[in-house]
Amino acid sequence: MSGREAVRVLFSSWRGRFGIAVLVVTVFVAIFGSALAPYDPTASSLDVLQPPSFDHLLGTTESGEDVFSQLLVGTRTSVVVGFAAAVISAVLGSAVGIFSGYFGGWTDRILDSLENWFLVIPTLPLMIVLARLLDPSLGVLVAVIGLTSWAGTGRIVRAQVMTLRERAFVERARALGAGDTYIIRTHVLPNTLPLIFANTVLIIAVAILSEAALSFLGLGDPSRISWGSMLENAFGSGAPSAGAWWYVIPPGLCITILVLAVTLIGFLYEEYINPRLAMDRES
Amino acid sequence: MSVRWLSGKVAAAALTLLFVIVFNFFLFRVMGDPTDQLARLPRATPEEIQKLRGQYGLDKPMLGQFTDYMGDTARLDFGISQRSRRTVTDEIKDALPWTLLLVGTGTLLATLLGSWMGVKAATRRGKHSDQALLGFNLFTYASPEYWIGIILILVFAVWIPILPSGLQVTPGTEFSNFFSQALDVAKHLILPATAMTLMLIGQYFLIMRSSMVDVLTEDFITVKRATGMRWDRVVNRHAVPNALLPLVTLSAIQFGAVVAGAITIETIFSWPGLGELTYQAINDKDFPVLQGTFLFFSFAVILANLAADCLYFFLDPRVQGR
Repeated sequence: MSGREAVRVLFSSWRGRFGIAVLVVTVFVAIFGSALAPYDPTASSLDVLQPPSFDHLLGTTESGEDVFSQLLVGTRTSVVVGFAAAVISAVLGSAVGIFSGYFGGWTDRILDSLENWFLVIPTLPLMIVLARLLDPSLGVLVAVIGLTSWAGTGRIVRAQVMTLRERAFVERARALGAGDTYIIRTHVLPNTLPLIFANTVLIIAVAILSEAALSFLGLGDPSRISWGSMLENAFGSGAPSAGAWWYVIPPGLCITILVLAVTLIGFLYEEYINPRLAMDRES
Repeated sequence: MSVRWLSGKVAAAALTLLFVIVFNFFLFRVMGDPTDQLARLPRATPEEIQKLRGQYGLDKPMLGQFTDYMGDTARLDFGISQRSRRTVTDEIKDALPWTLLLVGTGTLLATLLGSWMGVKAATRRGKHSDQALLGFNLFTYASPEYWIGIILILVFAVWIPILPSGLQVTPGTEFSNFFSQALDVAKHLILPATAMTLMLIGQYFLIMRSSMVDVLTEDFITVKRATGMRWDRVVNRHAVPNALLPLVTLSAIQFGAVVAGAITIETIFSWPGLGELTYQAINDKDFPVLQGTFLFFSFAVILANLAADCLYFFLDPRVQGR
């Protein structure tokens, strides 16, 4: 799959176009959110839990902050954690997958049992424990999510590399005297990259949801607003029972739309690689 | 052959559990220094802290602490909650039935409804009803389950106040008999169980749908149709049983998600299960409880995976041949 092919796949269906539109808007807001925000997102006022009005497009929080501004500024946290954690997870997963798939033997046995272990133990409790033991910050969130979510990628990459290893062009290269590093770089990696890419896109979704869940549980970076921490504050201040829908619905909806967009793009690439998975293929 | 396969799986699960137990020690004793927690005690002098360290065995060398820990774990002794002063084992024992009730109801409903919708969508592929089901399930799949829980509270406990927004029973009620108590619990269960169901349903739907789509294109279905068998009979008798297999694997993979859902959903609804216990432990930095629930969750997921493997083994003869 070349870069041009990747773009064509993306724009060939409404799911891809929806996904890319959401991503473009989200990344834009993530970069310029603080400049776009009409208010300082942490400036409290006496207008407590006010419904939406022309002054406050999405109303106010329990301490009179502007919900819309918080939403704009909070976008950055979700995007940064989502993408950075997915990159860590992709690098770790592909490294482990390629090493264990390519070299086999004891390397494979050890790495594979490590992978199995990470696949089996429940990630959210593990993330909670790690985040609680370390001091909460953006870096810790990225590291904790990245380090706990690579096993799925590792498993898929390993399977792909194991079949690649037996293919004729790899054996030919080896017969011609090519070293392992050369074979991995020129034959194994390029042929695994589409798979890694599709998987990483799906992991972005997992990472965004994980960041939101950890922040919701009070384990986020306390100095930063995120959609998850907005939900934490809304829930903690009793906004649901006060009927403050304007405070409760927008952050969750933003998470949902972003995760949906990323998931649809991920599914699209998975289907491209493995057409048997196609969601709306014609019979 | 089959005995060997099974014992291999059991051994692997036991090894994974051992890994988790050892890892747990390193997490809580090496990464997080337990004296941090002791130092939080009000007005504790250095001498008192030293004494406490002795009581907890923290002044021993690491290896001694490790053997102590392994012994305690083998006796299911996870220490004492710093918040309630009760043993962690008791806390878990009290919370477990509530979590099982919530998780069981949610998983059951999600499996049934999700696969039923998956079958419906697959047989109407490309039609409007398929697209609507797909849209609904992709939305629930992408949305945070605790957010769905908050919206359920907003709609059914605040705007239309017909259901309780939290807890497991109405506080301060004397129940005349078991039946009225069960009814009260059931009423409190509706919203959290709905949130749990909506959280899990998307996966079941997507897997069942794609599995059904695969089966429906196979030759034996065409042959059955050619014999003149009624279409719904072909679907129910021949397609569905063959499409069910991936669902078994999924329920094991889902178990990690179920645990995550238990934590956030129980938090939202103040449901007194293991998730709520975990949430309180996070807030109070109650490390013995956090450690206990982490171990317990890991144990449960490993066990569920093993169970799914065994189930798969009995359901799919192809695995047995290997």
